[in-house]
Amino acid sequence: MFQHNRLNNELTFFQKVKNLDFILLFCLILLSIVSVLVMYSTDGGQVLYHTKSHFIKLLTFFSLMIVISFFNIRLWHITSYFIYFIIILLLIWVSTYGIKVSGSQRWINLYFIVLQPSELMKIGIILCLAKYYHRLKIDNINSFTSILVALSIILVPIILVLSQPDLGTSVLIALSGLIILWLAGVKMKYFFISFITFLISLPFIISFLKPYQKLRILTFLDPDRDPLGAGYQIIQSKIAIGSGGLSGKGFLKGTQSYLEFLPEKHTDFIFTLFSEEFGFIGSICLLLIYSIIIIRIIRIGVISRSDFAKLFCFGFAFAIFVYIVVNLCMVLGLLPIVGSPLPILSYGGSSMLATMIGFGIVLSAKINHKQIIA
Amino acid sequence: MIKDSSGIRKTDVINRRMFVIGAAKLIVFSGIVARLFSLQINDNKKYLTLSDKNRIREWKLPPTRGEIVDYFGNIIAGNLKVYQLHIIPEQVENFNYLLSRLKTLLELTDKKIAKILKSKNQKKPWESIIVAENLSWVQFLKINNYMHDLVGVKPVMTISRNYPFSEIYTHVLGYVSQPNENDILENETIQERFVTGMKVGKLGLEKRLENYLIGTNDIQRYEVNAYGKRINQLEHQRGQHGSKIRLTVDTEIQKLSAKLLANKAGSISVMDIYTGDVLAMYSSPSYDPNLFLFGISNDDWQLIRNNSLKPLINKTLSGLYSPGSTIKPIVALSALENKVINENFKVRCTGKTELYGQTFHCWKEKGHGLVNLKDAMKQSCDTYFYEIARILGVDKLKITAEKFGLGKKVLGKYFENEKQGLFPDTIWKKNNLGKGWVLGETLITGIGQGYIQTTPLQLCLMTAQIANGGYKISPKIIVNNKPLNFLEAKKNMELRSSIDPNLKLIKDKKNLEIVQKAMFSSTNEIRGTSYRSRIDDPKYQFAGKTGTAQVKRISKRERELDLKIEQIPYNDRDHALYVAYGPYVNPRYAISIIVEHGGSGSKAAAPMAKELFKLIIDRDGLREKQSNFEEIDI
Repeated sequence: MFQHNRLNNELTFFQKVKNLDFILLFCLILLSIVSVLVMYSTDGGQVLYHTKSHFIKLLTFFSLMIVISFFNIRLWHITSYFIYFIIILLLIWVSTYGIKVSGSQRWINLYFIVLQPSELMKIGIILCLAKYYHRLKIDNINSFTSILVALSIILVPIILVLSQPDLGTSVLIALSGLIILWLAGVKMKYFFISFITFLISLPFIISFLKPYQKLRILTFLDPDRDPLGAGYQIIQSKIAIGSGGLSGKGFLKGTQSYLEFLPEKHTDFIFTLFSEEFGFIGSICLLLIYSIIIIRIIRIGVISRSDFAKLFCFGFAFAIFVYIVVNLCMVLGLLPIVGSPLPILSYGGSSMLATMIGFGIVLSAKINHKQIIA
Repeated sequence: MIKDSSGIRKTDVINRRMFVIGAAKLIVFSGIVARLFSLQINDNKKYLTLSDKNRIREWKLPPTRGEIVDYFGNIIAGNLKVYQLHIIPEQVENFNYLLSRLKTLLELTDKKIAKILKSKNQKKPWESIIVAENLSWVQFLKINNYMHDLVGVKPVMTISRNYPFSEIYTHVLGYVSQPNENDILENETIQERFVTGMKVGKLGLEKRLENYLIGTNDIQRYEVNAYGKRINQLEHQRGQHGSKIRLTVDTEIQKLSAKLLANKAGSISVMDIYTGDVLAMYSSPSYDPNLFLFGISNDDWQLIRNNSLKPLINKTLSGLYSPGSTIKPIVALSALENKVINENFKVRCTGKTELYGQTFHCWKEKGHGLVNLKDAMKQSCDTYFYEIARILGVDKLKITAEKFGLGKKVLGKYFENEKQGLFPDTIWKKNNLGKGWVLGETLITGIGQGYIQTTPLQLCLMTAQIANGGYKISPKIIVNNKPLNFLEAKKNMELRSSIDPNLKLIKDKKNLEIVQKAMFSSTNEIRGTSYRSRIDDPKYQFAGKTGTAQVKRISKRERELDLKIEQIPYNDRDHALYVAYGPYVNPRYAISIIVEHGGSGSKAAAPMAKELFKLIIDRDGLREKQSNFEEIDI
């Protein structure tokens, strides 16, 4: 077994290529094509800024993903804590020097890209916790100290992201982190106890929310209370999706988006446009592609020999699932509006970067699924 | 490998827990699919409707107003294509430059420029601003020449009201203009069809017949974006034009009336004595209704408002005058009908009568001598009528006068500004002035002075009903019957009165004939007051009665001075009146003429009748030849 411990293992380039998960890759490419087409539609059937920018980002990050996948999974295991700390530092940097847009300070201007470190943290937290539990002895998993350490790993970035403020992303980070705890075998009763505690303290938490966040929740509960103001987005989104019908209004024919009734159609509400133009059938197909992607990631986790790769794959699969669910539930009016992009489809560099890094590591786990990490 | 104390591998825990999560994922995804299904399949129709509501917006355009035509179909209130100039702010490159160019091209005032700038700030950039509502042809050409320099300017053709005969029909038609808040609130139809740029009737028939004339809006359906900007037109639905309305008036007669009354204040009305059709109704001076279409300028308005001849008052309907001697046929008829006198009743006129401690003068200082009814009417002897009024009493006189239409609105159905006038009696005075009736007042009522007040149209109706044999007719100005020739019209009238006895105004036809003969002699016999205005040709021959109504009591001194009309201040001069009907044999039309401060009826008013009758009777044949008209129920 020791020969696998070397960083440069014996796999040749062609073996690596052969080991890639082609079904996953195919789905990702399909999704990318769809995303470019949808972006083209948001630009009103023209190749304008969003289409170009999205295409370039896709190309860049897709290449990055492939590059990442060719590194041994051990490299990611070794650098996990480091990556986590780097992102923590970026978050601290953001809190002082970040760019402020409409009241929240989330971005760093790196000139070639405007980076949102909180998006990267979605992957960082999974990496960090996967390594933590990989190294933890099974007897210690439910010990008080280890749970405390795990919770601290989750809480530090959450506090930083909450202070930006960005409730949506911090919830997603928390969920990504907690799922690793769950997978690693933290006792179920702890989850139940904390869930009940959370429910009980919910009114208390709500009282701490910012006015606009409270408004979002109220709007979610009754979008018609202010149809032209706070409820506008969700009402228009439901109209767009509902009017799509079985087969949709047709590519480039979504009146809701074309006539600019849809807010934020490039980013969080991209599914609305897709669903208006491609209808129920299109939406089911999209969900199917996402499902295949998730299943493929889980499969890679299953065949991986190391707990680190397993935990990362399962955690990442869950994270992708949560992003999709939160985004879809939001545009379908099942959840309050929290800023949460749809993986790959939504316009946005950082989220795509994080997602592609995640996929890169997953593919790396696939290529090196026999790798055992001490 | 790595196992805990109970021998479970960490990898197994991870895998097991993964499958719990996997099951949960499946459930959540199914939930999302169910939600998609409910939105896109179950509620598809609902959301499609909402989406259409979002994107399709209707624009109402001003409806096309119905035309008003005269009896012969000549348009008297029509629609004209006008060229407007609009600016679309979002297309303008340099707004200030454009305004300065337009200012010089169209000679806009600074006030107008300020107005444009104001409306630019209020409107969305793609909403057009109207710079000029009615471009003249020259202005239109100028604009077209400089089009390359005027980016963002758009000449637009629309339809506007137009009154081709300008001031001739103003008091009949009124005019249209931008509605104010009250106009919109008062009329539900306007409320429903109102769009900016629409004109509504402000006065006269244009206002009264608003709901018939208004028409329905054109509707344009546009696809709009979320900000309300029109993206493309989906449909243009044409509205219905307003109803065409035909009036009984004859433009030629109306024109002649205007000509006769030029530079004078007064009124001429002409009526068909059988059908009640109003052939002409002119109040002088008038004003040009076209001035009001696009908002009248202050200078024009002041000119109209400050004119001492009061063009804004419709004298035919709202002018109240003492009828003077034109009342005498009714006084005579009433006396005959009440059998207080007969045809041969005679009175000696010495020029004045002393009664109840007062002196009542005849217009002829020397007196008329012994006169019978016919002579008294012919020469308009006041003494004779003092006497028969005294015998008759004012209350009986009033009954007859009211039957013939005095003291009641004539066209009240159509004109809200019509006045009722007043015919006094003893009860009226007690109720309204709180004093008992004085017998002297009966005397002056007998010569059409005192409390009595009539409108020119009332006098015309009175004359018409004397001429037609004492049948009640209902005057009208909107055509609702087919043209009738003389016999048909007369028969029709008689038929109606045989069904409804209330339509017969007199008991004995002979009495009326006596009055008619007396009126004939007044015009056609020597010493008749309007003898000089007679027409001998029987075709045009008419019978009439002059009237000269005092506007102030004549003092003893003035009576002695016997001033010429030019020597009296304008506002103190007598009103000149004349009523007549013709042709004498088989009469058809009645007229009334009033010239304010015109002096004596015989000199100022009666000569007009001569010209009028020539025209009216010449056009009689044309009137009959008109084909059947559209039925309209107003």
